[in-house]
Amino acid sequence: MRVSNEQVTPPANSPGASALSQADSAGAIPPAGAGRIAEEAVRLSDVSKAYRTGRTELLALDNVSLAVKDGEFVCIIGASGCGKSTLLNLVAGLDQPTSGQVDTSRRTVGLMFQEPALFPWLTASRNVELALRARGVPRAARRAQTEELLETVRLGGFGSKRPHELSGGMRQRVAMARALAQNADVLLMDEPFGALDAMTRDLLHDELERICTERTLTVLFVTHNVREAARLGDRVILLSSRPGRVIEEYALPRTGHRRIDSREVSEVAARLTDRLREEMGRHGH
Amino acid sequence: MVTDQALRGLDNLELRPAQGRPEPGRIARKALAAAWPKVLAIALVLLVWELVTLTGYRKYVLKGPGPVLSDLWQQMQHEALWATIGWTLRSAVTGYAIALIIGSVIGLLVARVPPLRAAVGSIITGLQTMPSVAWAPFAIILFGEDNSAILFVVILGAAPSIANGLINGVDYTPPLLLRAGQTMGLRGFALYRYLILPASLPAYVAGMKQGWAFAWRSLMAAELFIAIIGQVSIGQQLDVDQQNLDFAGASSVIIVILVIGIVVDTVFTKADLALRRRRGLLDPAAAT
Repeated sequence: MRVSNEQVTPPANSPGASALSQADSAGAIPPAGAGRIAEEAVRLSDVSKAYRTGRTELLALDNVSLAVKDGEFVCIIGASGCGKSTLLNLVAGLDQPTSGQVDTSRRTVGLMFQEPALFPWLTASRNVELALRARGVPRAARRAQTEELLETVRLGGFGSKRPHELSGGMRQRVAMARALAQNADVLLMDEPFGALDAMTRDLLHDELERICTERTLTVLFVTHNVREAARLGDRVILLSSRPGRVIEEYALPRTGHRRIDSREVSEVAARLTDRLREEMGRHGH
Repeated sequence: MVTDQALRGLDNLELRPAQGRPEPGRIARKALAAAWPKVLAIALVLLVWELVTLTGYRKYVLKGPGPVLSDLWQQMQHEALWATIGWTLRSAVTGYAIALIIGSVIGLLVARVPPLRAAVGSIITGLQTMPSVAWAPFAIILFGEDNSAILFVVILGAAPSIANGLINGVDYTPPLLLRAGQTMGLRGFALYRYLILPASLPAYVAGMKQGWAFAWRSLMAAELFIAIIGQVSIGQQLDVDQQNLDFAGASSVIIVILVIGIVVDTVFTKADLALRRRRGLLDPAAAT
């Protein structure tokens, strides 16, 4: 998505915060890679998306404004029908907004889904290699890079396995290696751990965090698991449902390693849950 | 690192334990286990056949399995049978190969070009349901009693199935994989080469398998209909046996037709099985 290429200077007040923000202005949040000049990796300005089904028009996203800084980990949370996946599709450039602008300033965007979406006829290595090939990496360099990427997701030595021979968590890591192979600066993740068991998910949170820090990735992470959002996000954005609007933002400054079972995460999760239930209640009659 | 260790441990726990080398004799036992139901089925057919013969039903023409099999054995000693089989197989392979090319090209075009699909899509299905014998007189008018006429019938029998298999494969490419491919930057030709065609392969192979069945049937029909002077085909041999009221000879030919059909079908089944195993589409418990 390259709607406009000019670099927008971060406003004093984040557009997302204009709604009902409890957070300080988003601009004040220290990005993960401290010390660097934080530029905006993704900016959505007044983005609306409507789908027409027959005679009715469904408004999936209503005037969503949102800015994500380089290296920032932003979780998007909301009940069903909040347009989370629509939002990711727009940022990935797989879909066009009805109005408003999506700007990723020429950054490469990788997308991960709830299902690994690996090609079942290729081995793990070949799946990763195909992403390199699609990018035009010469054959000679591909093998070494593939090996390195699999090593990054701790799957060195499993390259010759086919997707069906791997566990769900391993498949999802191959998918992550494939997304990294696209040389993405921005990783869009659509409930990537939603189908995994809690133990595996917990380990993958640690892994994802490590990889994001190593590679200073910007992540837009959609989930409906409040704990997961509280565990991972530098910032959590709450969307309302039908239509999706930003209703709340929580800045969660990083003070070291967060455990999913820590008091800190539990408290944030409880707050998010309350707010989500309130939002769901609006649709209860 | 604790996480790293735990993750590696979990990976190892979740993988199915590696299968050891098959113990000696296992392959032989598997072959035996696969073979005995077939042997039993053949034995049953022969038994029923023998019993019917023993009742004296149509006793002046009907012969039991003994005389028929010995007739077949006799024929197998002579070169004539092999020349006949060779000629027919050559027609089968040539016709099928041409059908494969034509079917694949048409299938791909119809799958890619929407107006073409609207125009030709239903015609292909229509052709598929059409009994190919019906083409034989048409082919004779068009080509005369010639090998071209036979190939024409075979191609019209097989190509629609092959085309339809490919079209189905392209249509049923999982949308999620398409999204993944697009995010990766696969476009145009690369999208077909690396995603849509490999994804279509199982349906394509199913189409090829069905195409072979139709090709073989069409060929037998065509050979019965179209006599080429100086050339004995399996179909023509059957026609000769019919005129001579040679029950044993006709039965031998029927057995030959059946065996060739089964052998080739087995090859396609094996290919299909290997394909599905590689993609994890087989129940591992059922596969072993």
